[in-house]
Formats: sequence, C-alpha cells, structure tokens
Amino acid sequence: MSTARGREKAAFIILGFATLLVVLPIILTIVYIIKNGFSAISWGFITQSPRNGMREGGIFPAIVGTIILIIGTMVFSLPLGILSAIYLVEYARDNAFTRLIKLSVVNLSGIPSIVYGLFGFTLFVLFLKLGTSILAGALTLSIMSLPVIITATKEALEAVPYSFREISFSLGATRWQTIRYCVLPYAVPGILTGTVLSLSRAAGETAPILFTVAAFYLPRLPRSVFDQVMALPYHLYVISTQVPNMPAGISFATAFVLIALVFLMNLVSILLRAHYRKKKQW
Amino acid sequence: MHKRISEYVIEGCIRLSGFAVIGFVFLIFLFLLKDSLSLFGIYPVKEFLSGLHWLPISEPPKFGVIPLLLGSLYVTFGAIIICVPLGVASAMFIAEVAPRALKHVLKSLVEILAAIPSVVLGFIGIIWLGPFLKNSFHLTTGMCGLTGSLLLAFMALPTIISISEDALAGVPKSFKEAAYGLGATRWQALWRIILPSASSGIIAGVMLGVGRVIGETMVVMMVTGNSPIIPISILQPLRTLTATIAGEMGETVSGSDHYFALFAVGLVLFVITFVINFLAEIFLRKARR
Repeated sequence: MSTARGREKAAFIILGFATLLVVLPIILTIVYIIKNGFSAISWGFITQSPRNGMREGGIFPAIVGTIILIIGTMVFSLPLGILSAIYLVEYARDNAFTRLIKLSVVNLSGIPSIVYGLFGFTLFVLFLKLGTSILAGALTLSIMSLPVIITATKEALEAVPYSFREISFSLGATRWQTIRYCVLPYAVPGILTGTVLSLSRAAGETAPILFTVAAFYLPRLPRSVFDQVMALPYHLYVISTQVPNMPAGISFATAFVLIALVFLMNLVSILLRAHYRKKKQW
Repeated sequence: MHKRISEYVIEGCIRLSGFAVIGFVFLIFLFLLKDSLSLFGIYPVKEFLSGLHWLPISEPPKFGVIPLLLGSLYVTFGAIIICVPLGVASAMFIAEVAPRALKHVLKSLVEILAAIPSVVLGFIGIIWLGPFLKNSFHLTTGMCGLTGSLLLAFMALPTIISISEDALAGVPKSFKEAAYGLGATRWQALWRIILPSASSGIIAGVMLGVGRVIGETMVVMMVTGNSPIIPISILQPLRTLTATIAGEMGETVSGSDHYFALFAVGLVLFVITFVINFLAEIFLRKARR
C-alpha cells in the first residue's frame, strides 16, 4: 500500500507541475504586457491620431474603428444568431435536415478565420461590390461569430424548463407568443453572456478583416459604412511587422489597449452571468 | 389560436435564419470551389497537390502546395507534442486533484488565456520569445517553426483543457466510488478508471485544439519567418497554408492565377478543418452517451 501512496504523491506532483507550466506563462504574458504597456499609455495616446509613419502620436482611429466593427458585427450576427437558435430549439423537428443545420454550426465554428477573410473578400468586397468597407468587414465578422452566438442561445433556451411552454400552450397561446413571453425573457442572460463573449473574440480577430476592411494608415474617422477603418488588432500587426524602427513602447501600449478592451468585454459577460444567476427564480 | 400577420412574418424570419446557417457553409464552400476551379482550369490539380515548389511570381509560376502543407504539419505536430500532454495533465489536475478554490482560479486563468487575441501572442513572439530562443539555442534566426509551435501550443491549451476537464468531471461518481471501495488510491482511480472513461471527450478536445492550431493565421505569419520552402527541421523558417493566404492576398491582382491559387489553398484548409471538426463531433457525441 505504501508504494501505491508514494506513486500517488509522485503522480500528483507531476500533474501539478504540468499545470504550473500552463498557468505561469499566462500570468507572465499578462504581467509583461501590462508592465510595458501601462507606462507608455497617456491620454494623448488614446485620443490622438498616429503621426510620423505611426511612430508617434496615438491610436484613436484604430480604437474607434474596432468599436465600429464590434457594433456592426452585433447588428448582423445578433438577430441572425438568436433567430436560428430559436428555430433549432423551438421549431425544428428531429430529422436529417435539422441534423444538417447542427452540423453546419459545428463546421462554421471550425473554419479558420483566414478562410472567412477569403470568403468575405470574394462575396462581400467583390461579388456584392461593397468594396473594402466597414459593411464588408462587419458582415464577415458576423458570419464568423454566428456559431458561438447560436450555441450560447441554444443552451440558454434549452435551460428554460419545458413546463413553462406547456402552461403557456394550455392557456391558448400560440407558439410565438409562448416563445416571446414565456421563454425568451428567461433566456436573456445566457444569450447576452454568449453574445458579449463572441463579440470580444471578433474584436481581437485580425485575419478576417485583413482584406475586407482594415486600413494600413487612415488618420481620419470614417464617414459612412462604405469607408475603410483602422482596427486595433491589424494596427498591432502592422506596427510590429511592417514598420521599421518602431518604438517598442507604442507597440506595447497598443497591445495593452487591445487586451484591456477584450478583457473588459469578458468582464461584462461574467458580471452579467453573475447578476442574472442571483435573480434566477426556479 | 388565431395567428396575426406579424406572427407569420416573425416565424418566417426564424425559419429563414435556421436555413441560412446551412446556406453560409454552402456559400463558403461554393465560393472557394469556384475560384479554385478557375485555377485548375489552367493549372493541373495533380501538380497543385503534389508540387514541391511554391513560386507564385516566378515565370512560369509554380503552385505546389506541398511546402505549405508540410509547413502547417510541422508547426502543428510541434504544437501537439507540447500541448497535448500539458493540456491533459492540467485538465486532470483541475478536475480531480486541485481543491475547490484553486480550481476556480485555474479555470479563470485558462479562460483569460482563451481571450488573448492571437495577434498579441504573435507580438510577444516577435519581441520576446523569438529573440529568447535564438539566444538560448544559438539559432540563425528566432523566427522559425519552433517559435510558432510554442505559441500555437499555448493557444490550443484552453480548448484542450476545458473540454478534457468537462469530460473528466462528467464521469459518473459511482465509478470512482467503486474504485475507492476496492481499495484504489485517488491516483489509481483517476488513471485506470476516470481517464479511460473520459477518453472520447478528451480525444474530441485534442482534435478541436488541433483544428485551431492548423487554422491559426496571425501567430504563424508573424513568427515563423515566412519562407515557402520544404522545411527540413523545425528550427528553420517555414510558411504555413494560412500565412500564405494572409501574406500574399494583398499583393495579388484579383482574377490572376496567383489569386485563384490562394483560393485553392483556402479550399485545402477548409477540407482539412472540416474533416477534423467532423471527427471531433463524432467523438463528442460518443462522450455524451
């Protein structure tokens, strides 16, 4: 028995060490970015346009561009994602066609982001003649965000007890009335959590916007949805690979702002989840 | 049961949205195929799939996908060797060994890692990891397959850990209790009973992680040196399928052979990730049963 105990101890130490190897780099990465980025951040950096070949000044247009893209992505992907999840949970029968839809969701979530970029370029930029624009970029990011929103909404709808629907039906409500008044209100927290999470991912993506919307250098703000914009992740890519003699401080500060934005959105999603969980009544 | 017109409209939208999902996958495949076929009209499929040289702007151009495919496989293989044992081991630690409070902290940290945008990791690869590897191993350049593999392994960890942890935690308690009842230690129960029972879910997690690694673009474009030759060692610069599309698309004229060739590369990627995700889904279903 003592050898078995000894072996257990050794095994657990190895597992713990492996976990440390995973966790330590995560902490170091975050600390590294915060330490180097925070000192380079100033009010001017956030509110000014880049100057002198992006080696001076701020990243204001890139911040605005990313926020515009997040909103644009939400406008398209939120209704589409929620409605298709409602279809899957509340309307679809268990047949081959439904399984095909579910398989498509799985497949969409696995398609590499650069392939979305290619697709967005040929369909939105060229075929639909939207040009390299906010519209084309937001549509591309929307399709990429769909699977996460659909999966989250589906889980939220399925978590609403079936008896809610039965009672509503028994009172003579139609299917849509039932969904609208007896199912959706209780699924909102789950839907919101998933949506914010998927948008935070879209905010950090570079590959899908490479050819659909991102501008290398565009110090003015966009005037319409057919304009290009700068975006934080693409800007970080550009200044860390394409601009020689780039002061490291600016790159770190850009990475810091991007991470701060993404983490803030994640935090909102976590707080929403916690807030609604407290209010849950059944 | 009287239905108003608005209800017909909204229900129509719901059905349409459901069908649209299939439409998108179909459209993506169709558009990739359409432009790939334009290449195969002038450049034989066989030479594309078996060609050993990717020289898109030489005269005549050569669009052999093998160097890019090998580049992707090298980096992916390197990442798998690192992230599969680490990921499964930490999933085991989080699920079965760590006390409750520590478990929450560890899970949150893994979620934080999942949230870091890939371009930030690429930046860290350029500014720190690449130079660090170059100096520690006396390499000719830090921008090589190894740097890419390390960062990709890091990126795949959250997927592998969270799905494996779910699978391990989903094993019925009675299995463990039966093992304890027979006098097994916690480690024996974990290693011989829980781990095998969770294997389908763990395999699915690993495959989804691998799918992410193959499809990742920004990290590999930023740190692997972008040299489209057949890699001999992982310590050399190389070029993956994804980085080729991202790096060359901006330089091509739409409608040129080179442009179509990049879509053919995209089609190869689409097929590879489709197969991986399909298999992962099968394992996930098996795990749920």
